Amino acid sequence: MSLISVSHLSMAIHSLAILKDLTFAIEPGKVFGVVGESGSGKSMTALALMGLLPGGARTSGSAMLGDTDLLSAPEDRMCRIRGNQIGMIFQEPMTALNPVQTIGRQVAETLVIHGAANRAEAMTLAREKLDRVGLPADRFPLDKYPHELSGGQRQRVCIALAIALRPKLLIADEPTTALDVTTQAQILDLLKSLVAEDGMALMLITHDLAVVSDIADQVAVMKSGEIVEQGNTDEVFRAMRHPYTRALFAASAHIPDRQARARDEPILEVQNAVRRYALPRRRLLGPAPTFTAVNDVSFTLHMGENLGLVGESGCGKSTLTRAILGLEPLQSGQIRLFGEPVAPGMANALRSGVQVVFQDPYGSFNPRWKVAQLVAEPFYLMQARPADWRDRVAEALVSVGMTAPDMDKYIHEFSGGQRQRIAIARALILRPDLIVLDEAVSALDVSIRAQILDLLADLSHRLNLSYLFISHDLSVVRAITDRVLVMQAGEIVESGRTEEVFTNPAHPYTRALIDATPKLPDRRV
Amino acid sequence: MLRFAASRLISLSLSLLAASVVIFAVIEVIPGDPAAFMLGLNAQEDTVAALREQLGLEGSVINRYFGWVGGMLTGDFGTSYTYRVPVADLILARMWISLPLALYALILSTLIAFPVGLIAAARRGRPADMGIMGVTQLGIAVPNFWFAMILVVIFAIKLRWFSAGGFPGWDNGFWLGLKSLTLPAIALALPQASILARVMRSSVLDTLDQDYIRTARAKGLNRSQAIWRHGLRNAMIPVLTIIGMQFSFLLAGAIIIENVFFLPGLGRLIFQGITQRDLIVVESGVMLLVFAVITVTFLVDLAYAAVDPRLRRRG
Repeated sequence: MSLISVSHLSMAIHSLAILKDLTFAIEPGKVFGVVGESGSGKSMTALALMGLLPGGARTSGSAMLGDTDLLSAPEDRMCRIRGNQIGMIFQEPMTALNPVQTIGRQVAETLVIHGAANRAEAMTLAREKLDRVGLPADRFPLDKYPHELSGGQRQRVCIALAIALRPKLLIADEPTTALDVTTQAQILDLLKSLVAEDGMALMLITHDLAVVSDIADQVAVMKSGEIVEQGNTDEVFRAMRHPYTRALFAASAHIPDRQARARDEPILEVQNAVRRYALPRRRLLGPAPTFTAVNDVSFTLHMGENLGLVGESGCGKSTLTRAILGLEPLQSGQIRLFGEPVAPGMANALRSGVQVVFQDPYGSFNPRWKVAQLVAEPFYLMQARPADWRDRVAEALVSVGMTAPDMDKYIHEFSGGQRQRIAIARALILRPDLIVLDEAVSALDVSIRAQILDLLADLSHRLNLSYLFISHDLSVVRAITDRVLVMQAGEIVESGRTEEVFTNPAHPYTRALIDATPKLPDRRV
Repeated sequence: MLRFAASRLISLSLSLLAASVVIFAVIEVIPGDPAAFMLGLNAQEDTVAALREQLGLEGSVINRYFGWVGGMLTGDFGTSYTYRVPVADLILARMWISLPLALYALILSTLIAFPVGLIAAARRGRPADMGIMGVTQLGIAVPNFWFAMILVVIFAIKLRWFSAGGFPGWDNGFWLGLKSLTLPAIALALPQASILARVMRSSVLDTLDQDYIRTARAKGLNRSQAIWRHGLRNAMIPVLTIIGMQFSFLLAGAIIIENVFFLPGLGRLIFQGITQRDLIVVESGVMLLVFAVITVTFLVDLAYAAVDPRLRRRG
């Protein structure tokens, strides 16, 4: 007997169809994976089961939990089910907890609100639950506030409050997407053990095929609000009957066609770079403690080379990037670009030789400017904007696969992948030799990501560009770089040719990173 | 938390110092000689000079500045040119009306605004919300002295529940004093409550879109429980800011209401000081108001830290 059986679930928001005729069942004590790209309706399916759809949503069909239809149950009935029979955790652990309440109270609240315990008992139980999710009492007392915890620790608190009443089903909506790979592996282990030991069912929503194939018993592949294929994970991923499933796999494992063309001509030389920050003083007039974000880092990037820089959040990648772009001073050591020293006051002409593409294709453009203005902005580094600037904008847009007429549109008219192409066009407009790609494909869906990687490989080949490719995603770095640097706690712990580092990691941290990365199952096409 | 309070206190003292310099400098450059004003147009030059000497208007700027600041620190605010009594006594007497009136109005405004703002937020887009938004729009648009006159017409003239103005003094009993401040306090509170209710509403609505409210709903809290337990405290920061600003305004900005109700308050004192070139009253009165405003800001800062644990560590 299924725990939840959904039949013919459809949902529309103001006559726009979001979910189309979904039928699936979640078995007790099993992991049900839902994969698909953004906008495929994965999260909406979960919110429909929780009765937390946005205003204006109309559902049809049924979703039976025992003899209750989750789609038509009245609100007070749903309030008793949420948190009690179905728990849910979300993607963004940094904002999922109330910042002004202690973690103990937030976990205890689940128990109090359902009348399972009085306040004092609830605090005792909250302690047990936090222990259960791996937050021991000595380091994580109940009176800690969320801002005192890391992302992974916060996600554990979210799990603790979602499972406090031992729900029959836990819905996890991209629970590890915002986390580092090693933290992701720990959270996935925790979720697995909750299923294995407590007999809970898990509905795991993710865009990451490797995560699903690793943990899910059953899987449903979603596209544009429909389930295109579902079944036992092994079978679905082995047979890959539906072309979309095959396309997703191909995109996830995509390796652009490229050859190493590095010449022995250094563009960027970083020598013993050190960047320290002063922290707030502990005492009013005492010495300010310092934090060393980048510690004695040295490397050289050659003409035409694609260099990867991997490491987890907080390892100093971004600080190093800002120093290379001449946005932050160094405390010692130096950075030379084309032989010239890089520092915050450097000449504009030198800056024009290195451009950058950031992660967020939505936040990195001024929404009130037209594309032509956005792409032409780096021209301010030159004495005067060249007379043929519109032609050059058109040329840059065409070279990233857009069209010249796109320059008279506004940025909101483009999708995330198109915006990232425009960001690359902006980086290309001054014909630089080096482009810094800071997590430039991390926010993109796998199919878009594959296209952007192809584009980058092609541009590097055609324009003889060098890349410094910064990412936490090892598979992407492996696909596109010649050499790789592994950074941990401000230091480069390993460097070498990409294939060698990945097949034969020398440093234990590199090994840990590679082991923690979920792997796609072998394809048997 | 103590460190936070100490660092706030230091910046408070520096602000006061800066304010005293600015106030002194502005008064210095204002045209008009109080001695000449007091003696009239036909005064002899040497008489004016003698009065200037007597009023302490001679001497170097630096000496007079330090004389003024030093005096204030020891409780000597100088002697009013026109009333011929110590300024400290004048201000103190007025404070006993202005301070209770400001507090009274602030409490009323907060008591009205909190529930009204919360109801509007909880019923966003529904008739109750639209009604509240309309009424508060009116409350902001209509000047408070007009409310004051309407209140007088209804409650003093028609119903005869309250007197139309004047203040009997606290010596005649606390309740009598409070009663005579009630209509002015309501008149002052209504526009403030309208502003505060709207800030409350939008602040609570902002928190409703936050991820932690979704987490709370997923735990099984209903909509109002989620607002009450998780939205409210997070919504308090902007509300506290507005409350602090309103108190400062109410303390000195009640001058029109003081005139409508014939209340001898601080605003009227300073206004009279300006028209009569009684600069020593203006200087000290303004300095006192600055002190009050900066103190309120300090208290609001402490309240921020009490509400939001993330602010406690910042120095």
